[in-house]
Amino acid sequence: MKIAVPIKFVPDLVEELTIDSNGAALDTSWLRFIINEFDDHAIEQAILLKERAGAEVTVICAEGDGVDDILFATAAKGADSLVKLTGDFGGGINSHAAARALADLFKESKPDLILTGVQGHNDLDGSVGALLAEYLGMPFVGYVAGVALSDGKAVIRKEYPGGIIAEMEIKLPAVLGIQAAEQPPRYVAYSKINQIMKTAKIEDRALANLDFNGGATVSRMFKPKAASQATMIQGSPDEVAERVFGLLKEHGVM
Amino acid sequence: MTQDIFVLIEHLRGQVLDISYVMLAAARGFAQDGQVTAVLFGHDAKGLANSLAADRVLYVDHPALKEFTSEAYSLTLASLVNKHHPRAVLMGHTSIGMDVAGALSAKLSLPLVSSCRTLSADGKFVSQICGGKIMAEGDLPSPTALVTMIPGGYKTEQGQSANAPAIESFTPPALDNLRVVLKQIIEPEAGDVDISKSPFLIAVGRGIQNKDNLDLPNELAAATSGTVCASRPVVDQGWLPTTRLVGKSGKRVKPKIYLALGISGAPEHVEGMGESDVIIAVNTDPNAPIFNVAKYGTTIDLLELLPLLTEKAKQATPS
Ligand SMILES: Cc1cc2nc3c(=O)[nH]c(=O)nc-3n(C[C@H](O)[C@H](O)[C@H](O)COP(=O)(O)OP(=O)(O)OC[C@H]3O[C@@H](n4cnc5c(N)ncnc54)[C@H](O)[C@@H]3O)c2cc1C
Ligand SMILES: Nc1ncnc2c1ncn2[C@@H]1O[C@H](COP(=O)(O)O)[C@@H](O)[C@H]1O
Repeated sequence: MKIAVPIKFVPDLVEELTIDSNGAALDTSWLRFIINEFDDHAIEQAILLKERAGAEVTVICAEGDGVDDILFATAAKGADSLVKLTGDFGGGINSHAAARALADLFKESKPDLILTGVQGHNDLDGSVGALLAEYLGMPFVGYVAGVALSDGKAVIRKEYPGGIIAEMEIKLPAVLGIQAAEQPPRYVAYSKINQIMKTAKIEDRALANLDFNGGATVSRMFKPKAASQATMIQGSPDEVAERVFGLLKEHGVM
Repeated sequence: MTQDIFVLIEHLRGQVLDISYVMLAAARGFAQDGQVTAVLFGHDAKGLANSLAADRVLYVDHPALKEFTSEAYSLTLASLVNKHHPRAVLMGHTSIGMDVAGALSAKLSLPLVSSCRTLSADGKFVSQICGGKIMAEGDLPSPTALVTMIPGGYKTEQGQSANAPAIESFTPPALDNLRVVLKQIIEPEAGDVDISKSPFLIAVGRGIQNKDNLDLPNELAAATSGTVCASRPVVDQGWLPTTRLVGKSGKRVKPKIYLALGISGAPEHVEGMGESDVIIAVNTDPNAPIFNVAKYGTTIDLLELLPLLTEKAKQATPS
């Protein structure tokens, strides 16, 4: 069983986001990039499947700041191979281009199961998982929270609003968009990562001729205007608490 | 090519989902002279068309379409789009629409715009990305734009109608040897409190930092009539059960007071609580999108605020 997990770095939303001088893209010079949180779940799900029944797990990521550290961390968690996509991604890479590039890669390595994150918060042309599946001629199911494998099939739990779950059977090879792993993503100690860095290898793979077709062009980016900006409560912590408490009383919940 | 706008109607267990009405409303504003066509897939499900504000309904009946599965829906929708070449196909940015949109874009080589909140008559889309912090505007691509839509830009009532639209039935393509098959639908486990019934919700987000800190909201709940609920990361960490989840994948709530503690206000969260009577947001980041939906806000540390608030509640209710 070969499991592949392509991962994506996304802007950290804790930082302030600014729009560049052209007004149609984020100013990347100030952005801090972190791993898409759903990719942490996809990695966890892959490792859980490996622990249960054995599998060879490959993690793939486009080059960028902090990518090596994340790749080594996944190796410390149990990933067997690490692949770094190299190329000129200065202007960013849309979902269609990423999906086509990954499809080329997977046509060679032929994984039985591909786990992507359910979505990245910054994509504007759909999520890679569903596109990738179609480029590979594989079936796709997204919003997955739970995967069990048995002879050539995956039985998955797909999430609907309100906590409703659909249990579906999907024929392998397949692509799944992971919303949540069956358990919270595990942490690994730095010492373990440092240890693995001495032996684990990151394989570089150059990407040429990205094909961006299928996305839309953004002509303007802006910050949302608030429908009703909140009235900010100022003062010392005790004064704020007093005011909030007053609101609870006023609205009859105290 | 026509100027028809297709709207893929989402339904689950015999209920049309609200996003379908939102999309019909968006389509009406955008269509101008064109027709708004509701595309309905199901099995013995014609009745679902009755409430749809559309010029016509294209209905496809097949046992494999009884409930949603990605493969059967994608194949069927692709054959319809190939036949009619609409100007746009609106799908939900949801667990249904997102499974279909990507497949369609790759299958038919059509452009795709995701996270769209509004469409205007002059052909522009506005999408909301980065957890609600950024809006992106552009021209809807041609010839047929595939669009996944988020709620928030239109009211559901705008997409509802008392007059049932005309229905045209359509024969599905071959739907055998499907690789994705629905086995069963599982209802959420009962037993816990129903957060949608509580008038006062104390909602905690990732800002709570760790499981032990949950003592603080729990103590406030004990000292008041409040119920503790949470955003997705808190539930995914296993700190609270899924019955307490508010948002797109959790419950929709509308309490008198929603006290949002350390919650950024991502669209997926706001979808579940944006209609609360009064939202009070506590977040150390003054730019957090939650302040765009809250009535009152404060940037003080929730860990500092909670004990003070609990203390005041205890003093007010002599035991
Ligand atoms: C398909 C899909 C479905 C989803 N469904 C849901 C859903 O149903 N419900 C849901 O909630 N999310 C859902 N999400 C996730 C959603 O996109 C956000 O990631 C999530 O809502 C963020 O949770 P948060 O606000 O708690 O965390 P964050 O976005 O990390 O925000 C934490 C906030 O806490 C503040 N903070 C930190 N420390 C303190 C402190 N000491 N005092 C005060 N403030 C502090 C920070 O400034 C920050 O704004 C879904 C996502 C996807 C892709
Ligand atoms: N450039 C990329 N490289 C590798 N994987 C990606 C890339 N973009 C998206 N993905 C995968 O697709 C998922 C969904 O992201 P997105 O397409 O941005 O919605 C991510 O969580 C990753 O698993």
